[in-house]
Amino acid sequence: MANTEQEILEGLAEIVAEETGLPTDAVALEKSFTDDLDIDSLSMMTIVTHAEDKFGVRIPDEEVKNLATVGDAVSFIAKAQA
Amino acid sequence: MGLLEGKKLLVTGVLTDSSIAFHVARLAQEEGAEVVLTSFGRQMKITQLIARRLPVEAPVLELDATSEEDLASLADRVREHVDHLDGVVHSIGFAPQSVMGGNFLTGEWEDVATAIHVSTYSYKSLAVAAKPLMTNGGSVVGLTFDAQFAWPVYDWMGVAKAGLEAANRYLARDLGPDNIRCNLISAGPIRTTAAKSIPGFATMEDAWPKRAPLGWDQSTAEPAARGVVALLSDWFPATTGEIVHVDGGVHAMGQ
Repeated sequence: MANTEQEILEGLAEIVAEETGLPTDAVALEKSFTDDLDIDSLSMMTIVTHAEDKFGVRIPDEEVKNLATVGDAVSFIAKAQA
Repeated sequence: MGLLEGKKLLVTGVLTDSSIAFHVARLAQEEGAEVVLTSFGRQMKITQLIARRLPVEAPVLELDATSEEDLASLADRVREHVDHLDGVVHSIGFAPQSVMGGNFLTGEWEDVATAIHVSTYSYKSLAVAAKPLMTNGGSVVGLTFDAQFAWPVYDWMGVAKAGLEAANRYLARDLGPDNIRCNLISAGPIRTTAAKSIPGFATMEDAWPKRAPLGWDQSTAEPAARGVVALLSDWFPATTGEIVHVDGGVHAMGQ
């Protein structure tokens, strides 16, 4: 079932918060995973794997490097669900 | 009846669902085996998530293959899930970036030592740690990348693999009397997380499909995983110390 972008953002924020210990409201659309949220490649893999399970989508490895911001990830997941 | 019906296996090295070890675990379950996985450190969480994507969710044990403590307790921890083992898959390798990617002449010993400890010595360590569980004999299978040659960018990891290939022969010698077979699959380049961490990996993979008489698809680990499953089965009963190439035939070709 497709989620709204807001639902995806909220779901993704929970995943990122669990992985990093950051509060969920720190995970905003314009935030960069690496520069703002200080997420390394292994944490990103964990987040991506969680997100795939949660949203029922596949995020191929070659796409992950294009997901610079939280907004990029939300858009990718929304499109993949459509 | 499946090729591995009733067999109990320990599979290391499942990180993502593109890992060779993931496909080994999946095929092994499809062929009737019961599988226990290992992972370690921060990778544990990913392995646990990925373990749910197997046909049957597999338990994940913590094992740093360079930790004497983890190795010493391995047999008892495996026994909490299966009463013995028929096979062990070693899919473990690591080298710091400073000793790959064209850094052969500058790589320092401390980093080279890490590569050899994790990628070479751990093959012996894992087999010895699992040996008390292989009471009816068994099969140990590891993964190499053809170490007869110098490759672009592989550098000290290539030396570690050459050591692994030699260690496989010595392990075969010393575990043969216990009816434990030790063999390696020498796979062509596959786009796993491990491969993508090698700087300049594309320079190795690009030529492969052209050189392989059977062709080669870098995007799938299935052929290599099938090779591993075959070596775990009862259909190589008198084969040990061997390296089976699953590389599209590249190892047999000249220029």
